[in-house]
Amino acid sequence: MARFIARRFISMVPLLILVSMMAFSLILLLPGDPALAILGEERANADNKAAYYALRAELGLDDPVPIQYLRWAGRAVRGDFGMSIRNKTPIGETIGTRIWPTAELALLAAIISVVIAFPAGIISALRPNSWADAGATLAALGGVAIPHFFLGILLIYAFAVWFRVLSPSGYVAPWEDLGQNLKLMIMPAFAVGTGLAAILMRQIRSALIEVLNQEYVITARSKGLAERAVVIGHALKNASIPVITIMGQQVGTLIGGAVVTETIFAIPGMGRLIVESISFRDFPVVQAAVLMLALSVLVANLLTDITYGFLDPRIRHD
Amino acid sequence: MIGQTSPADFVRTPALPAAVVPRRRGLIDWRRLSPRIWIGASVVGAMIFLALTADFLTPYDPNYQNYAEFRQPPSADHPFGTDQVGRDVYSRVVYGARISLLVGVVAVGIGMTAGVMIGLVAGLYGGWVDEILMRIMDAIYAFPALVLALAISAALGTGIVNIMIAIGVVYMPSYARLVRGQVLSIREREFVLAARILGAGALRLMLLHIWPNVTAPIIVQASLNISTAILTEASLSFLGLGVNPPTPSWGSSLNGGAQYLATAPWLSIYPGLAIFVAVLAFNLFGDGLRQLLDPRLRGRGQA
Repeated sequence: MARFIARRFISMVPLLILVSMMAFSLILLLPGDPALAILGEERANADNKAAYYALRAELGLDDPVPIQYLRWAGRAVRGDFGMSIRNKTPIGETIGTRIWPTAELALLAAIISVVIAFPAGIISALRPNSWADAGATLAALGGVAIPHFFLGILLIYAFAVWFRVLSPSGYVAPWEDLGQNLKLMIMPAFAVGTGLAAILMRQIRSALIEVLNQEYVITARSKGLAERAVVIGHALKNASIPVITIMGQQVGTLIGGAVVTETIFAIPGMGRLIVESISFRDFPVVQAAVLMLALSVLVANLLTDITYGFLDPRIRHD
Repeated sequence: MIGQTSPADFVRTPALPAAVVPRRRGLIDWRRLSPRIWIGASVVGAMIFLALTADFLTPYDPNYQNYAEFRQPPSADHPFGTDQVGRDVYSRVVYGARISLLVGVVAVGIGMTAGVMIGLVAGLYGGWVDEILMRIMDAIYAFPALVLALAISAALGTGIVNIMIAIGVVYMPSYARLVRGQVLSIREREFVLAARILGAGALRLMLLHIWPNVTAPIIVQASLNISTAILTEASLSFLGLGVNPPTPSWGSSLNGGAQYLATAPWLSIYPGLAIFVAVLAFNLFGDGLRQLLDPRLRGRGQA
């Protein structure tokens, strides 16, 4: 197992380098040069040339691009992303505090999606074509199509404006007040998790229907096992493997959803950081934040692979 | 994506009596046309119609600001009410269909064209060309789609063309992977080997032998992608990083309206519903198309 994990980890390295190159080259897409984009055309005009050249020097733009990349990547490996242009604080530290609300939101959304998807998928699979199944199918179609931010707005309208049971936005760290934190996070997590719940539910339904027709399930039934034991003990175990694949594939979507949803609920996470930094032309922060989010996806994929290895010994040995 | 079955799919036509010689089936097996595809296609059709005729069907100019009538609730004059600067929400929603469709279709077109070419080249040439191209695709794929689109459009500058490019780049890898996989499996089949032995060049192989075999999955992928592209455009515009104001976009309407949720919910609800219906319609259409065209599903019972 250790060798399997090590192999997977090493195979990730080239991808990691490419991903960091892409995150770095975002700054090359800026019209003109980054210093110009950051200062703005009007502020880098003739009487402000000094500021422009100072910023160029500060950003190291006088060196060739590959050198700039190597310097940036070399520091990034040590967690040093340089200074934010907007508030002159180390970017690494900012990301260190901003990443937790996003991670919590994505995690809670994943939990909510599993909590919705498993019961709904099992009920649908046990009674295919029943009213319950049709209802779940319709709900899933809707769940995939509704934008996270629109669902968030509808939830705020229902629970904060109409019923006044939850506050519309805000954030408290879980280590300060867990109850308050969960109370504030429930709506955003639901808004982010619904789409994934819909996808998972369809997957669980079709996987379970397929497994329930297999011979070992018929054997389990014919030896007199209770239906509950057959479904939960025998069928669900095998039907769950594709669910892990889907979860792994959807981590990016989950993070993307969290990024948009943070704006509505005023959660100080990575999404808000990126959006704010873009509006202040603080591109070094954008680069670093985008890289960290891509890194999270890669780590999540690695974890999916490892989980697979645990569940299915055949994967470990190929 | 969504599973392949819906209750409606189970309403099957009865099997043909044995005496009747079954008719030859073409590419499209009309009996597999589910209600799903009809509903999806009609709503998509209605959207296209609205987008094309927006100039005639809307009562107001979508950008006309009537400060005397701001944030009016829905009425006979303004069926969806007016927004924070007195623009007619109904007109903006109808014009928004134009932006959504345009961005969705063109962005997917960009991603599809680039991705298909990369996939064809990678699959046909193999070796280091394949390795380099596909690793780049993997790297693009590693970024959360929305975050990458956000970053690219922020770097290029907001605006409708840049947003199309940004979304197109994000979708490129899925086409490249799809096409490469198909090419690799088709490349070794007898008919391609035969063509090769007869001396067919790479271009001829690509156009005459491989291309016809990869079109169906690409069409399915594209129709499903349009819905996610519409969602992405709406998300970016919602964050204020999509199309530039005052272009009527559903996402930016929501962005402007959300802060008046307590007093003027219609500012958020109608544009939001429009996004929902559009995405749902393209999903239904794409799903139905997949059932229709996917050779693995064709001729089989329910999956």
